[in-house]
Amino acid sequence: MSRPSIMRLGRRAAGMAVLAGMVLTCVAARAQDADLARRGAYLEQAADCEVCHTKPGGIPFAGGRAFDLPGIGTIYAPNITPDRETGIGRYTDAQFDAAVRRGVAPGWRHLYPVMPYASYARMTEGDVRAIRAYLMTLRPVHAPAPANQVRFPYNIRFAMIGWNLLYRPSGPLADDPGRSAAWNRGRYLVDAAGHCGECHSPRNMLQALSVTKSYAGAPIDGWLAYNISSDVDSGIGAWSDPQLAAYLSTGHADGRGTAVGPMAEVVSHSLRYLTPEDIAAMVTYLRSLPARRSEETVGVVSPETLAQAGPNHSNGGRLFAGACAGCHLTDGHGRQVDFAALWGARSLGEIDGRNLVRTMVEGVTLQSAHGAMIMPAFGPEYRNQDLADIANYAIGHFGNRVGHVTAEDVAAARAGVPPS
Amino acid sequence: MLTLQVNGAAHQVDVPDDMPLLWVLRDVLGLPGTKFGCGIGECGACTVHVDGKAVRACSLPASLVGDRPVTTIEGLAEDEVATEVTKAWLDIDVVQCGYCQPGQIMAAIALLKSNLHPSDDEIDQAMSGNICRCGTYRRIRAAIRNVAGAV
Amino acid sequence: MPVGTIAISRRRALLGAGGLLMAAMVPQGSLRATTRIVEDQTGPFAPNAFVRIAPDGSITLILPNVEMGQGIYTGEAMLIAEELDVGLDQIQIEAAPPDDAYITKALGTEATGGSTSTIATWTSLREAGAVARTLLVRAAANRWMVDPASCQTEAGMVRHGPTGRTLTYGELAVEAAALPVPTSPVALRDPSTFRLIGHAQHRLDGPAKVAGTATFGIDIRQPDMKFGTVAACPVMGGVLLHVDDSAARKIPGVREVLTIGNAVCVVGDHFWAARKGLEALEITWDEGVNSTVSTETVYRGLHEALQGPAIVAHTKGDAKGAIAGAATRVEAVYQQPLLAHAPMEPINCTVHVTAERCDIWVGTQVPMRARDAAAEVTGLPKDKVFLHNQYIGGGFGRRLEHEYVTQAVQFARQVAYPLKIVWSREEDLALDRYRPAYVDHLVGGLDAHGKLVGLSHRIVGPAVVARWAPEALLPNGVDDDLLAATVETPYAIPAMFLDYARREAPGVVTAWWRGVGGTRGVFVIESFIDELAASAKVDPVEFRRRMTGDHPRARAVLDLAAEKAEWGSKLPEGVGRGVALQYVFGSYLATVMEVELSQMGTVRVRRAVVAVDCGRVVNPDQVVSQIEGGLIFGLSAALFNEVTLEKGRVQEKNFNTYRVLRMNESPAIEVHLIDSTEDPGGIGETGTAAAAAAAANAMAAATGRRYRRLPLTGVQA
Repeated sequence: MSRPSIMRLGRRAAGMAVLAGMVLTCVAARAQDADLARRGAYLEQAADCEVCHTKPGGIPFAGGRAFDLPGIGTIYAPNITPDRETGIGRYTDAQFDAAVRRGVAPGWRHLYPVMPYASYARMTEGDVRAIRAYLMTLRPVHAPAPANQVRFPYNIRFAMIGWNLLYRPSGPLADDPGRSAAWNRGRYLVDAAGHCGECHSPRNMLQALSVTKSYAGAPIDGWLAYNISSDVDSGIGAWSDPQLAAYLSTGHADGRGTAVGPMAEVVSHSLRYLTPEDIAAMVTYLRSLPARRSEETVGVVSPETLAQAGPNHSNGGRLFAGACAGCHLTDGHGRQVDFAALWGARSLGEIDGRNLVRTMVEGVTLQSAHGAMIMPAFGPEYRNQDLADIANYAIGHFGNRVGHVTAEDVAAARAGVPPS
Repeated sequence: MLTLQVNGAAHQVDVPDDMPLLWVLRDVLGLPGTKFGCGIGECGACTVHVDGKAVRACSLPASLVGDRPVTTIEGLAEDEVATEVTKAWLDIDVVQCGYCQPGQIMAAIALLKSNLHPSDDEIDQAMSGNICRCGTYRRIRAAIRNVAGAV
Repeated sequence: MPVGTIAISRRRALLGAGGLLMAAMVPQGSLRATTRIVEDQTGPFAPNAFVRIAPDGSITLILPNVEMGQGIYTGEAMLIAEELDVGLDQIQIEAAPPDDAYITKALGTEATGGSTSTIATWTSLREAGAVARTLLVRAAANRWMVDPASCQTEAGMVRHGPTGRTLTYGELAVEAAALPVPTSPVALRDPSTFRLIGHAQHRLDGPAKVAGTATFGIDIRQPDMKFGTVAACPVMGGVLLHVDDSAARKIPGVREVLTIGNAVCVVGDHFWAARKGLEALEITWDEGVNSTVSTETVYRGLHEALQGPAIVAHTKGDAKGAIAGAATRVEAVYQQPLLAHAPMEPINCTVHVTAERCDIWVGTQVPMRARDAAAEVTGLPKDKVFLHNQYIGGGFGRRLEHEYVTQAVQFARQVAYPLKIVWSREEDLALDRYRPAYVDHLVGGLDAHGKLVGLSHRIVGPAVVARWAPEALLPNGVDDDLLAATVETPYAIPAMFLDYARREAPGVVTAWWRGVGGTRGVFVIESFIDELAASAKVDPVEFRRRMTGDHPRARAVLDLAAEKAEWGSKLPEGVGRGVALQYVFGSYLATVMEVELSQMGTVRVRRAVVAVDCGRVVNPDQVVSQIEGGLIFGLSAALFNEVTLEKGRVQEKNFNTYRVLRMNESPAIEVHLIDSTEDPGGIGETGTAAAAAAAANAMAAATGRRYRRLPLTGVQA
């Protein structure tokens, strides 16, 4: 079963469980609990717990997703359903809070910062309690997480204590009275619950997020998380507010392309559920981020210009017309849906085609209000050189850059794709 | 409840938001001329016109069609270019199994309406998203060229 | 030959009412009138299983082979109409129901495949038309009280020459039906007088197919019908342990979740509901013994069998001695992958089972087998199973299987309404029955003059026939399909030894695939002939020409193709030209192909020139069409395709992973037909058989290295 559909059902079931609880005895207390759980359901979406705590094709929240940390090892996300043995069923509010905001699980097991507790530390205690209340309404699933395989010295969990002293914030940031309520709400959603910096900010030698280059973009898991600082050329400084809001809430903005890879997951499982007010608040805060210049820049070519280009005779151009143009028209528009519109897409401005190649070999599933928007993954019958040729054609045609994608790049991306 | 404009008539349909236009046409409206081939926009068998443009009905949620007119292979009777295209197809016996041909024809009509005299390269560019397992490509290209000569 | 017998009980039962049933008038006049495809037409005049004429004038031809693109409805209608003396614009046509009268002898059942249709019906359908015409003439002569010899026929009527009186076939139907069917053979037309045969006729199915009104199996709609889609265990031999359908049943439009031993079907108000429901199932399979099979397992088994025991399939002279004494020894091993059919129309079948009867609407190449399977599943007698054969959106051998009919009936018998089951493309590819993988080892000896003196050949692979038609497996255990193109060649080979090590493919069911033994055999033999020519330092066309001593028809196609392709002329850098010569399905083909390799190794086929001698041609333009299409079908596979297995699961799921050649990758193709008065050969699979060898030889010419593994653009040894 596809994850997204389970997810929606899971949510619906949870919602019904919440409603069902309300008609029982102790109406007032239950109603309070239900309110808390309902608020927690929304916050869980904002904090995007599900995407990491679900393995591909697995039961939502039952954990098992592997995180390969280069040089460190493989860490598996634990089960956060209310199962008493393998999940969080026995956790108290305080224990849950310690895990989420301080990175310390019951029994003084220090979590690895792949769990973004350094960001979550800035959430409020009440919000974390609400998330637990929601998670406790889920169906318990017995699912022990595989043992982490972590190399020395990282396998010494106590080592994390030092790290925490250095990098873990001590608690929620107080609202900045000099800023608007929207800005403060946006900061909470971006920096704390949404933990955007965990991907979009570079890390230092000790895997902590860089402060001086915050939101300047970073490689993660073979992808490039883009610069989302307000730099005009390499960040989102040139995006309009509606573009930014559309991208966050749907994964697509005309002239800016469509979220792929991990960002598509974030939109699918988290951002698209946020209220327009919260999205607007995020936009407000993101606009205020200091500009950080980085290398990747996009040469946006308008659909009018793209439409002037005649048929392309390169191998990549021909393959694009066959395998890609069914959804991606060469004028940059989407044939069926806007989600397939390529003009202005960030991935076509990177000359090494990192995200582009990864997208071609891995595909995309982006959940939307109109169902899943799916790009299929292209298999080995499209040879490495074929995909490199397509990538270079697309980078040239849509991104106005000279692509440098090689067959070896494609081979490397293919090697990194987890088996379906 | 959606209202779809299909082949000149309004149809009210009660279908899920994520249901592709293809299945609304085939299974709800009973218009089986539009074919299912892959479901992922890779083969073109489901090509129809939305607002005159060739689109893959398998990858277009019906809820995103809005009030744009949809034309299927069944709705071409009055269309001059379509008449010439089908005639050109018959003149040189393009079809073999015929399953992909409604999609091929819809793609060809859309091409010719935007470019009445396409070069072979332009034909290839516009038509290569439509797969034919029987391998009728050469004749499809020739038929499109012949239409360009006839109109 | 069924002339003179009416073996169709269902039809006979209806005959009495036939005269009363008013069939709609067939459009007359314009040659482009749509030929109607009808079902269960009856008429008082039914002299054999192939012709029905009703008093209203409707003329129905029942065609024994199913139309899946190969143009057989047109070709077979031409054979009957030629002798019946009707225009193609005067007929309606009907797909044959399951019945002994329509058995293709070469295939042992009622089947369309192996490029046998025209060969099998060339005489029988003309006789069927001639018998009908003879009786209609007699009926007219009786009415007019004149000598039948003074009557002629034309365009659906009998004319009395001396008086000019005419009667239409419809007007004669009742009287003709009362006449005894001739028991001795009737005279057939002299080929020089053919009006239709040999003259290009437009396809009868063309108008409906371009209008989108042709009904394929997947288009069937029945009252109260519901829509199902299926997930079968992705590992062959696995069974269903448990299915949690609680989430699926909550999806709007989902009606039922049905199970059988190895598959689950979700039924909905439309395909989309069924598909969403299927995705929402949590299925637990017992995957069984094949859950560890990988592509590696398959190839390893084949390569291992290159050593060890094998069955001697063919010997001529002392090949091993000749090779031992040869001046030069040439040796090569070739490997070919599992292939999927991937026709454009995904697998589907519509079934309605009631207590009294079972109706099946499906496109099948084996209607009788499909019917019998349904009878077995339902327990109904065979004559209560009604199979309505439909246009097939590409067969290529896939629909020589009928397991999807069995499956559909197993599900449909659980519900009261008609159930249309459509497989997703993913299911269609992952649960296909596959063209086997093969490994061939060849050793050839050349004498000092570069002449082949002996050829030793081992084939390793499955015997498809052993499952499909066990009785046809040769007594020595050889699948004689493997002798196509290997023993039956266009060459004089002085000494030959062929043995066969049978290795069934683990984890998949293997099946017929367009070109069958010809496709696999031509690749191997024609690649090796090229290697021999290179070793002998003789031009590949010249090398072949010297070997075609006993086969003037082979030499003629070779020379024609070489001439039309300007063999020997200079080519640009990076372009190679290759040739393949073949005699399969009773037809001779020579193919010259030009292939361009970029510096980055990407491959593009630029041009193909084919010369064909397939004997007497029924519908010349459709022969050309089959060669064009067959080549492209073969090139898709030769260049790209390889079905792979991991943990027993097929990895290719859709056209993003199973790549199909597209218009802008297709070569220019020229087909040149040789006039011939020989009996017809088969043509539907010949182009496919030619593709891989011609392309491989062209690539070798361009690069100087050999391509011994398919697909050609994959990793080479």
